[in-house]
Amino acid sequence: MRHPLPPEIESLWTLFTAPVVWALHFLACYVTAAIFCAKPGLLGNDFFALRTLIAGITLLSLAMIVVAALLAWRQWGFGTGDPPHDDPTRRDRLLFQGYATLLLSGLSFVAVIFTALPAVFLTECLR
Amino acid sequence: MAALTPVFSACSGVQSALDPAGEESGQVARLFWLMIAGGLPIWAFVVALSLYASRWKLEPLREDTAARVIFWGGVVLPVTVLAALLAYALWLMPSLRPFAGSDDATLRIEITGRQFWWHVVYKRPNGVRVVSANEIRLPVGERVEFALTSDDMIHSFWIPALGGKMDLIPGRQNRLSLRATKVGTYRGQCAEFCGTSHALMAFPAIVMEGAAFETWLNARSRPSSGVHAPGTGRALFERNRCGSCHRIAGTQWQSTAGPDLSHVGSRLTIGAGQLASGSEALASFVADAGAVKAGAHMPANSHLSAAELTEIATWLKGLQ
Repeated sequence: MRHPLPPEIESLWTLFTAPVVWALHFLACYVTAAIFCAKPGLLGNDFFALRTLIAGITLLSLAMIVVAALLAWRQWGFGTGDPPHDDPTRRDRLLFQGYATLLLSGLSFVAVIFTALPAVFLTECLR
Repeated sequence: MAALTPVFSACSGVQSALDPAGEESGQVARLFWLMIAGGLPIWAFVVALSLYASRWKLEPLREDTAARVIFWGGVVLPVTVLAALLAYALWLMPSLRPFAGSDDATLRIEITGRQFWWHVVYKRPNGVRVVSANEIRLPVGERVEFALTSDDMIHSFWIPALGGKMDLIPGRQNRLSLRATKVGTYRGQCAEFCGTSHALMAFPAIVMEGAAFETWLNARSRPSSGVHAPGTGRALFERNRCGSCHRIAGTQWQSTAGPDLSHVGSRLTIGAGQLASGSEALASFVADAGAVKAGAHMPANSHLSAAELTEIATWLKGLQ
């Protein structure tokens, strides 16, 4: 069966993909909001443009996290085996890493939404 | 129940965020009760669950049941509750900190924090400017905008009965907007540690009917007639150079290094909320401000006799 996902990589780094996206999204939101509030009307943009930008990077981040979660789900064998995957075998190591990555992706997904939530309610930046 | 009496009595009074007298404090109180209403059932549920697990159901759950409990109780429920609370708090934010436009606010009050007192300037849209200190009066039902800054430390301006707090930061002007809804006398307090007498840096906040407030402010925009009262109080005030720090409208003394005394006799308290106003309180404060308020910058006047202190205090009390 051909799968649309890229080929499987065996690396510990894939574990951190979703938290890294979460961290970058957090930085992007807070840094752009801070710059915008310190310099209102930067490059002729209003607050709505800032909210649109945050919405854009949020959707992009969520998409990246979903992809990371799909890859992790595949690594976990699409949920065919039950945790805890604690046998000292290569297979269990891979399954454990896939499962942990999937859980981290879930956490990052919720965290990215919580980070972006203020932009839904705050409509201006007054000093 | 008797043990809880002090707890419940703290919910009302002149300085309680749970006994709101303003629009903004009303929202803070509602948020508090909502958090209690939301938190108590969760707390009770968790306690009941741990009791169930530790006392009654001593054998482990089936693995798939346990997984379901973890998924629904440990993931879905907390995420939903937190998302709802976060959304509610964020939704509340713009109305907790309403910034009045220049045409919306009928009154603007500039407040400068100093160790350990408040310099207060009332500004009307028509340009009328009234200087005062250590007491704030507001018209009920009207939006009042505060412009807050500090000359020394970071202070924080907080009238719990009327709204949330806002810091006073040197070199920066912060804005706060309040709409009082109930006539009464409340208490404000510095809410950011600013030195030895930080806890003694308070002020009465008096919410008045609109017409009474107008009359009051109009009277305060003119010098007090007590300035020319007979007696030696004014001469003693001059001889002891009180005027090099204190301003009194209608006189040659215009320094704002210390609190404005133009109408000090009509204020409810002396020493920024410390002593109930009166000639005796004034005399004791003039004699040794540091004894009332440790760290106060006003020097003691130990060279003055009791009779001289009474003369000065009587003259100051006459500045109505």
